[in-house]
Amino acid sequence: MVVLSDITISIEREHDIVAARQKGRELAARMGFSGTDQTLLATAISEVARNIVSYAGRGTVVLSSVEEQGRRGLMIIAEDHGPGIADVGLAMRDGYSTGGSLGAGLPGAKRLVDDFELSSTVGTGTTVTLKKWLR
Amino acid sequence: MSVPILKQGEILIASIQSALSDRELVELRDELADRVGRLRSRGVVIDVTALDVLDSFATRTIRGIAYTAKLRGAKTVVVGIQPEVAFAMVQLGLSLDGIATALDLEEGMLLLQRWPK
Ligand SMILES: Nc1ncnc2c1ncn2[C@@H]1O[C@H](COP(=O)(O)OP(=O)(O)O)[C@@H](O)[C@H]1O
Ligand SMILES: [Mg+2]
Repeated sequence: MVVLSDITISIEREHDIVAARQKGRELAARMGFSGTDQTLLATAISEVARNIVSYAGRGTVVLSSVEEQGRRGLMIIAEDHGPGIADVGLAMRDGYSTGGSLGAGLPGAKRLVDDFELSSTVGTGTTVTLKKWLR
Repeated sequence: MSVPILKQGEILIASIQSALSDRELVELRDELADRVGRLRSRGVVIDVTALDVLDSFATRTIRGIAYTAKLRGAKTVVVGIQPEVAFAMVQLGLSLDGIATALDLEEGMLLLQRWPK
């Protein structure tokens, strides 16, 4: 996979969630994603960026235009050095939340994109990588 | 308060103008709850036409507005959910079950006016 360009958005306050999803939509539009795909990407960014604010306090969202095997895609990497997730399987379940919210963020974000990867270590942090390919 | 709230008879209309941060959404919820009680409103219309994303937080907050209004005797109608926003909500697994929705402001107002008192 080749990264053609990337933007890093630091996520520290809830306002950064809005900025991240707007930047994501702009990049998706520039890359030629449909309006619907732009919305799906912006929504997924909103969820993973909010998790950073809610559970880790701070972190980064990196938005990249990537190419792999002749196809182009938008990659989102949400990374933090927060508390990590003890049970990743549980966190991926619809409705599971330790924050008293809807528990739709991670499983929902997975359904909004083509590729989803979650890696997390307790005490070290969490990285969520999402990709959506241009059709 | 970043969202203007208009009063038209017994109905309050909150017309969201641009993307809202979580805090602004919560402010809107609290402000509407307060006004429904003070102005004895019977209906609330939330116009989300300008929102390009309704994620899990926004959905939960809008549900909160509707349930709070209901406890205070007012009906809520959410209007203007864009088709791609609705699609993203479905993918997320979110719904506005039990909350009335309408295509636009005009239909939302009609719906509230026709509601039996
Ligand atoms: N970046 C993160 N750091 C630590 N824990 C996280 C992070 N993201 C998600 N989690 C955990 O996974 C759970 C599920 O997340 P999510 O599906 O987004 O639902 P919600 O945010 O509504 O709880 C959270 O309640 C939290 O316990
Ligand atoms: Mg979440």
